[in-house]
Amino acid sequence: MPAAPLRALRNPGDRAWSALLMVLGGALLAVAGIIVLALWDVARPLGGVVSLKQFVTGQEWDPTSDAFGALAFVYGTVVTSLVAVVVAVPVSVGLGIFLVEMAPARVRPVVSFLIETLAAIPSVVYGLWGLFVLVPWLRTSVEPLLGRALGFLPLFQGPPIGLGYLAAGLILAVMILPTIASITIEVLRTVPSTLREGAYGLGATRWEAIRMAVLPYARSGIVGGALLGLGRALGETMAVTMVIGNSPTIQTSLFAPGYTLPSVIANEFAEATGEVHTAALAGLGLVLFGLTVILNALARLLVQAVGRGPAMGRP
Amino acid sequence: MSAPAKLTAVDLHAFFRGTEVLRDVSLEIPPLSVTAIIGPSGCGKSTFLRCLNRMHELTPGAHATGRIELDGQDVYGRDVDPVHLRRRVGMVFQRPNPFPTMSIFDNVAAGLRLNRIRGDHEASVERCLRQAALWDEVKDRLGASALGLSGGQQQRLCIARALAVEPEVLLMDEPASALDPIATAKIEDLIHELKTRYTIAIVTHNMQQAARVSDRTAFFYMGDLVEVGPTEQIFTTPREQRTEDYVTGKFG
Repeated sequence: MPAAPLRALRNPGDRAWSALLMVLGGALLAVAGIIVLALWDVARPLGGVVSLKQFVTGQEWDPTSDAFGALAFVYGTVVTSLVAVVVAVPVSVGLGIFLVEMAPARVRPVVSFLIETLAAIPSVVYGLWGLFVLVPWLRTSVEPLLGRALGFLPLFQGPPIGLGYLAAGLILAVMILPTIASITIEVLRTVPSTLREGAYGLGATRWEAIRMAVLPYARSGIVGGALLGLGRALGETMAVTMVIGNSPTIQTSLFAPGYTLPSVIANEFAEATGEVHTAALAGLGLVLFGLTVILNALARLLVQAVGRGPAMGRP
Repeated sequence: MSAPAKLTAVDLHAFFRGTEVLRDVSLEIPPLSVTAIIGPSGCGKSTFLRCLNRMHELTPGAHATGRIELDGQDVYGRDVDPVHLRRRVGMVFQRPNPFPTMSIFDNVAAGLRLNRIRGDHEASVERCLRQAALWDEVKDRLGASALGLSGGQQQRLCIARALAVEPEVLLMDEPASALDPIATAKIEDLIHELKTRYTIAIVTHNMQQAARVSDRTAFFYMGDLVEVGPTEQIFTTPREQRTEDYVTGKFG
């Protein structure tokens, strides 16, 4: 009987499948690349008016006199997104812990459904709610209160206007909450029950078991959820545009009106006259793209830094 | 039995989602000795163990009735905090479950921190690791992750972690079933050492193990406690036919 050849061809189905996956994966990268190239092409005429450095670090934005500085928009985008993440992460983690660790089994599907519903509301509706409910409330109640309580911080000084970084950040917080919360819930569900039991077996209370066994295990997954939320906040346009105040200035106070990269693009694109103004808006798109990449990379480094080594330190 | 029992179960019934998984179990666990609990899969032996420190009730849909006394005091009493009970009745689980994000040191110190035990943690950790016969293997890498240890070392780490709380009773739920024979032998030697200081109840699948490590053996079958007695008697002259069939390998 002849020996079967060891070097048989790999299964053709396997090969076709892996080729297909390769094409799909490559297509994803190609689409991203094409978008960047197209934006770059549209933005090219801007080069004759301002340098890259002037564009990224300039603070003045006045298309009628060819002043194109994007820094105020970058600042507004970063500040509103950070406010959103800072507000949404604790709420999401609390919600996740409640649902997975404490809530009776009957409550879980109801709350999960409500969270998913939040994600399904169109962003323009969030904007309307922000404009008619959130902004007046901030102006009359929240911002005066914050000013009195925390007015020693530059973040909470100045007149309570309502429209501004804080309003945009809070709207974004509500919008990214479903993302972070559902990921947190999924991650908490993956924590092995043997770890919880290990903590209970040592005489841990429920809260101690969560802190000692559940959260450390889930930490990197929760941070991943926060990153996805951050990405969504950076790019969100409509709701932010409606409540940010659309003022191209850099202000320390969260009460002050500002502007974000996506909002400028949305507001000015329709009336952009001339090649240079259009080019500048495409340039803002590139800056937003770069900002997203940089923040994601930073956050990933952060995750690696905290994810390494034991949680409780010494020795 | 001369000394009064450390742990006593009286008319214990345990339920899981309406199914009775333990029926009317009464059993005494004498102090400073090893009581083995044997029986085929699903006989309720793990459930029994988990009733002793009220871990059973943490499973959704599970509850128990009857009495369990620790030094004569009902642990299911209205004013008993199960958290406090579990600090006196520690537990080692079937699969080693060290806290994966903590170092070796922190795993052992976790119980000390939980109980807000002050003083020299380093000395306590060393003492527990020595008691668990792990110190020599890990003393040079206490800061390393607990996940870098072998399965047998992880299980001894979990024993050290349980000892750090200074429990009076140690419940072991098939502590060696996921380990190789050498690691198993180490755990068994360790049980011999530990019974001079702790009262031990061990659930095991392995009848040779029960015969080697225990002073008394209880045989569970289908939710009933069939027979309990000195280990030698259970394995040589059992009173019940079912016990004899099981220990001679006719089923299970």
